[in-house]
Amino acid sequence: MPSPRYWREIPGRYRLEAGRCHGCGKVVYPTRRICPACRGAEFEPVLLSRRGRVVTSTVLRVSPDDFVMESPYAMAIVETPERVRLMVQVTDCEPSTVQPGMEVTLEFRLIRKEGQSGILCYGHKAVPVVAADTARSR
Amino acid sequence: MREVAIVAAGMTRFGELWQTSLRDLFVDAATEALNAAGVDRLDAIFVGSMASGQFVGQEHIGPLCADHLGMAGVAAMRVESACASGGMALRAGFAEVASGLSDLVLVAGVEKMNDGADATAVLATAADQETEAYQGVTFPGLYAMIARAHMETYGTTEEELAAVAVKSHRHGALNPKAQFGRVVDLQSVMTSTLVADPLRLLHCSPVTDGAAAVLLCPLRDAKRFTDRPVKLIGSGVATGAMALADRADPAFLDAVQLSAERAYRMAAIGPGDVHVAEVHDCFSIAEICCIEALGLVERGHGRHAAPSGETALGGRVPVNTSGGLKAKGHPVGATGVAQVIEVFEQLRGEAGDRQVADARFGLTQNMGGSGASSVVHILERV
Ligand SMILES: [Zn+2]
Repeated sequence: MPSPRYWREIPGRYRLEAGRCHGCGKVVYPTRRICPACRGAEFEPVLLSRRGRVVTSTVLRVSPDDFVMESPYAMAIVETPERVRLMVQVTDCEPSTVQPGMEVTLEFRLIRKEGQSGILCYGHKAVPVVAADTARSR
Repeated sequence: MREVAIVAAGMTRFGELWQTSLRDLFVDAATEALNAAGVDRLDAIFVGSMASGQFVGQEHIGPLCADHLGMAGVAAMRVESACASGGMALRAGFAEVASGLSDLVLVAGVEKMNDGADATAVLATAADQETEAYQGVTFPGLYAMIARAHMETYGTTEEELAAVAVKSHRHGALNPKAQFGRVVDLQSVMTSTLVADPLRLLHCSPVTDGAAAVLLCPLRDAKRFTDRPVKLIGSGVATGAMALADRADPAFLDAVQLSAERAYRMAAIGPGDVHVAEVHDCFSIAEICCIEALGLVERGHGRHAAPSGETALGGRVPVNTSGGLKAKGHPVGATGVAQVIEVFEQLRGEAGDRQVADARFGLTQNMGGSGASSVVHILERV
């Protein structure tokens, strides 16, 4: 991935920066030029809560090349309290335990090492709340 | 707008066609259509292809196709909308003839998927690159999430999903051009390898080479080319949110519903009038969601259609009599045109063992990505 393409996504991927629409209040993530709900073009920056709930999920057993080392892994659509939905991997748990309704936190992680160039690509993954508590109590 | 007719069709066998190139696949399908109509000139060519550039390194296939058909000089262009490229090419050809810009138009779709490219990676480019592909999701993964949402909302079971694949194979076994000419039973679908839970290998359409082509002209000229033309009476296109996470309900395909509403309105018929339909079953769950969004069954009731036989040959509204993407094969850019050919043959009474008795209205629905684009056409026997 060319560096500028990676850099320009950093605010959203590293800090979960989103935009709240002045027109209708919808929180848009990642940020974009025009609000998909009201076509407003003015946004105020907000940070997403680092937690949410699984809307739907799967376990990927046949993965893209860059993710082969992690396969099988769970992926889910997670909704944050701001009603933003993110497509994320769910990690630090047995993949088949991930189901709709599960509470998760969003944590900064390495997403992949890209292809030939080996560029490290970061972002957020979800971790089940129960698993996180267990890890802390250890 | 002028009334538009389909007067001829041509289609290669679908499958792993190692001996045949992209250009020759197109020429084989196009030539069959031209010969059927006794035509040796065209005003325009529209060719649907999702990813010729990624699959075989070849962009700019409009002139390539015209040239190899021996028709360099003819207006030719490619249309792309991921797996809906073929259906969108038909939309473009329909508008070309309806508007009066051209009188004789060839609409084709072609994809050469078995030439060494990583098909899963190529298909993933139809997803949102920054929010979906970046995170490691694949198309089976996206449709698996649609399936799990449908199960969660409506109680759909793995057995009901598997019944769709069983039906597709039963139909495909009657289609000499299908990639898979064999039947499968419920047990073998339900024990096939998991790809993305709850979807298994036999819920997924295969990687396919193939091409399909139809010839369009104004209805008033149709009898010059065939004594059994089929009228194109409705065409609807719609888009939805690009990323699955941004759809209000991941278990409902709103772009499919919107494209269908537009096509029904133009055709002045409703879903209850449809006698035969080809829908975009890239995965078993997709057929369930599509027949709901098309209004062929009530929302939430799609799960019952295959197990009850309602959508099988002999049922209330047979769906995917060709075997669908699942059994006929899914050369992505060609699929939308191949769907139209199945309905064309059904309405002309040429579908052989797959014939739906006395079909007057037929519908095709072709979609791109995880449902961000959809195109519906409605055809009527003349
Ligand atoms: Zn807004």
